[in-house]
Amino acid sequence: MASNLEKLPKEKFAPAILDSSKSEEINKPSLSFWQDAWMRVRKNKAAVVSLVVMVLLIIMAFLGPLISGREYDTQNVAHANLPPKIPGLENVSWLPFDGEKKLPNGNVINPYEQKKVDEYYWFGTDPLGRDLFTRLWKGTQVSLYIAFLAAIIDMIIGVAYGAISGYYGGRLDNVMQRITEVLIGIPTLVVVILMILVLEPGILSITIAMSITGWVGMSRVVRAQTLKLREQEFVLASKTLGNSDGRIIFKHLLPNLAGVIIINTMFTIPNAIFFEAFLSFIGLGLQAPNASLGTLIDEGYKVLRLHPHEMIIPAIVISVIMVAFNMLADGLRDALDPKMRD
Amino acid sequence: MEKILEVKDLNISFHTFAGEVKAIRGVDFDLYKGETLAIVGESGSGKSVTTKSIMRLLPPGNSEIKGGQMLFNGKDLAKLSDKQMQKIRGKDISMIFQDPMTSLNPTIKIGKQIMEPIVRHQNMSKSAAKERAIELLRLVGIPQPEKRFEQYPHQFSGGMRQRVVIAIALACNPKVLIADEPTTALDVTIQAQILELMKDLQKKIDTSIIFITHDLGVVANVADRVAVMYGGKIVEIGTVDEIFYNPQHPYTWGLISSMPSLDAKDEELYAIPGTPPNLLHPPKGDAFAPRNQYAMQIDLEEQPPMFKVSDTHYAATWLLHPDAPKVEPPEAVKRRMRQFPAGKEVK
Amino acid sequence: MTRYLVKRILYMLVTLFVIASLTFFLMKLIPGTPFASANKLSPAQMAIMKAKYGLDEPVAVQYVKYLGNLVQGDLGIAFQFGNTPVSDLLANRIGPSIHLGLQAMIIGSIIGMILGVFAALRQNTWVDYSSTFLAVIGKAIPNFVFAGLLQFFVAVKLGWFPVLFWKGPEYTVLPTIALMMFPVAIAARFMRTEMIEILGSDYITLAKAKGASYFDIAFKHALRNALIPLVTVLGPLTASMMTGSLVVERIFAIPGIGEQFVKSISVNDYNVIMGTNLFFAALFVVIILIVDILYGVIDPRIRLAGGKK
Repeated sequence: MASNLEKLPKEKFAPAILDSSKSEEINKPSLSFWQDAWMRVRKNKAAVVSLVVMVLLIIMAFLGPLISGREYDTQNVAHANLPPKIPGLENVSWLPFDGEKKLPNGNVINPYEQKKVDEYYWFGTDPLGRDLFTRLWKGTQVSLYIAFLAAIIDMIIGVAYGAISGYYGGRLDNVMQRITEVLIGIPTLVVVILMILVLEPGILSITIAMSITGWVGMSRVVRAQTLKLREQEFVLASKTLGNSDGRIIFKHLLPNLAGVIIINTMFTIPNAIFFEAFLSFIGLGLQAPNASLGTLIDEGYKVLRLHPHEMIIPAIVISVIMVAFNMLADGLRDALDPKMRD
Repeated sequence: MEKILEVKDLNISFHTFAGEVKAIRGVDFDLYKGETLAIVGESGSGKSVTTKSIMRLLPPGNSEIKGGQMLFNGKDLAKLSDKQMQKIRGKDISMIFQDPMTSLNPTIKIGKQIMEPIVRHQNMSKSAAKERAIELLRLVGIPQPEKRFEQYPHQFSGGMRQRVVIAIALACNPKVLIADEPTTALDVTIQAQILELMKDLQKKIDTSIIFITHDLGVVANVADRVAVMYGGKIVEIGTVDEIFYNPQHPYTWGLISSMPSLDAKDEELYAIPGTPPNLLHPPKGDAFAPRNQYAMQIDLEEQPPMFKVSDTHYAATWLLHPDAPKVEPPEAVKRRMRQFPAGKEVK
Repeated sequence: MTRYLVKRILYMLVTLFVIASLTFFLMKLIPGTPFASANKLSPAQMAIMKAKYGLDEPVAVQYVKYLGNLVQGDLGIAFQFGNTPVSDLLANRIGPSIHLGLQAMIIGSIIGMILGVFAALRQNTWVDYSSTFLAVIGKAIPNFVFAGLLQFFVAVKLGWFPVLFWKGPEYTVLPTIALMMFPVAIAARFMRTEMIEILGSDYITLAKAKGASYFDIAFKHALRNALIPLVTVLGPLTASMMTGSLVVERIFAIPGIGEQFVKSISVNDYNVIMGTNLFFAALFVVIILIVDILYGVIDPRIRLAGGKK
């Protein structure tokens, strides 16, 4: 140890010039909560793909009915049950867009030639000869409307109810919690069916039914978080400085609740989409001639053996929507709060 | 004295998204039979990582022993298989953790948790193991051990739980006991009881203890020797008297000056300026240099070797080099040095 | 514990009361229900209804009568089948529904648990990824889509299993698979998160420090603790079995409650719809109660703490 140490030049032992400010320097770029969350979401490939798919679906939902040039409810019995036929893709043999149909007995027929139809129905037609391409995107619009609605209900009623109950506490909280405890015991299915029987089946009654039950889960999560946050020092500090309750709720509590609220909303959305489609499938949802993905699947299911495309196409679209929302929700949960367990 | 554990040039890295974090950068120390070695240092200095690696308890996915040896009974712990290691854990080397509230399995009865290592390592029958477990409960000072044996952790207080954890650790009379901040999570009064208990039990079963803490008061109470860690390295090691009354490393000076003492009422409590080094990009020279008011040019360029102060006392600071200028340690340290029994001079 | 139980049962009764009352008053609003003009009923059926609910009397009296009938388990008559009481109809049809529901829930949860545990033990390997993928698919794809396609491809096209009806064990295979996707997904996700968290906990580190084997750590220390909170998903699973039974029974023509329910919707048989709805609500509420009690029994942490939850 000693030998080469002796040879060190003397000047090296002069006092070092230290920049004292440097020792306190933070050498990591500071990211806001949202920048950090966005970085994490971007790293999650499934979530990014889901986001892209969702944007495409939203664009198609609104653009689709326009580019097809047909109305969703125009019936043309002469053109009933046509298989999909897309110009350009009709010659690609492995794609099912050639306007031909394989019968259960194995024979291949071309209904377009048999019925002397010159037009192209991209996704075929239903038993009433309505254009499925237009109906599909109309149905997607319904699902998106439901998604939007569920999110709004969750964010307004659920968050307000939970935050008020949690923040004010005491007797008010007690009463409000007794109410939710009764509500949470009622299965959504039961309330929705009840409401839909009273009102006429349709998008309005689904909307109202969802407003009654949809927010309970969110309110519980928000209340629990608010209770936790309320006890923390920064809220006490804000109170000590004389801030009003409203200011504390909006400036201090809501930003801290944002993560939980977003995650919860993201999980509510696919549930709502499913529920509307489910109700439409069992006949309690939208009524003819309106289209939703649920009614399309219901109508398609009835002719599944003869014309499988009439069910399979809407089934694929709703599955893609559901998977995309679920994956995005998972990605957001991991990004916003890796340890969310309430 | 007989060496029971030799750690030689241990290097450990963690693989993170940001890159490789060199958490341990060449740690050397020996542990002798029957002694208590305290490892002190601030959070992130590598105390816990060192001891967890001796137990091979670091997460296998993202941690890696990059080099070095950990010799126990002539076997290198770093090279043992998982199966071989399982036979050593809890039997020859055991561990006590920081938070007794979370370190017991909430759904298994206390008695069964104590019996587990006994049954596993000593091939005892269930009834013999139960007797031994009750004896252990009595040994660590838990009243009504027969009744307590059948209870669940949530029926125990924090101090009582830590006693249970100690009982589990001592169940097979281990040769080495690693205590990772065993009193940090406890009330001050309970702390003293637990420390007394550990000292008492150490005498009874003649085990060596590695005691990790950041509390110098606890160190003075329990340790025979002290290792000071900073930035993934041991910067100073010596007997407890040498470290407290004749410290050599400016970081140790800082630690000691920041300790409140009764005889320096008027002085402002000292705080070491700056923040610990970022081990993602460890500095080229002495890791402490940026926070060191005595830093020299060489501190920024080269890492200091361990300079020998006495047979038992080593410190890694260029200030001990013959060419280095003489510096005045802080007042609090000088006051302590004057009390140093051996009367050794500061170089 | 007793206080907690009493409180919980009280809540259950209030919930049931609220649902029943809500049902009654909403039904009063609907034109064409037995409680209003009842234009679909035959004179004979009308007479029974009048006797039962006192349709000529004031609403308050009707309400009391209605509640009285409910307490006795009388849900009115199903007019699509003459004068068959709804309760008899439910009793006749509950067998296949319970069979299918339990079978799907039990098999699904077990498969899901196994997937979740292995995903956690082999985190970030192909086992984990495929289990997670399956969980996303199982949770995302609507059961009526899955059931319909399963029937079409596996039963109709491949002919491996019967397409319709409920006549023997082989008839239960496809409906069970269709219904168990959700339990599989939920149990797998739940077990994975739960196991990963537990495997990183201090007491698992202590178990390792004791020298416990890999097997003991995974199955003796971690699994038990992960299983306890799994009880809490029984509630949502029951709800999903109910919604699921509606579509799966309809698609596979299974003579259960769900199939009857969907049929009744299409013929507007309000008594059956209401009766089944109340039955579902009661079943759900009771299961939630059982789950809560069960949770208290198996988790020693809350066993003695009583109503702390």
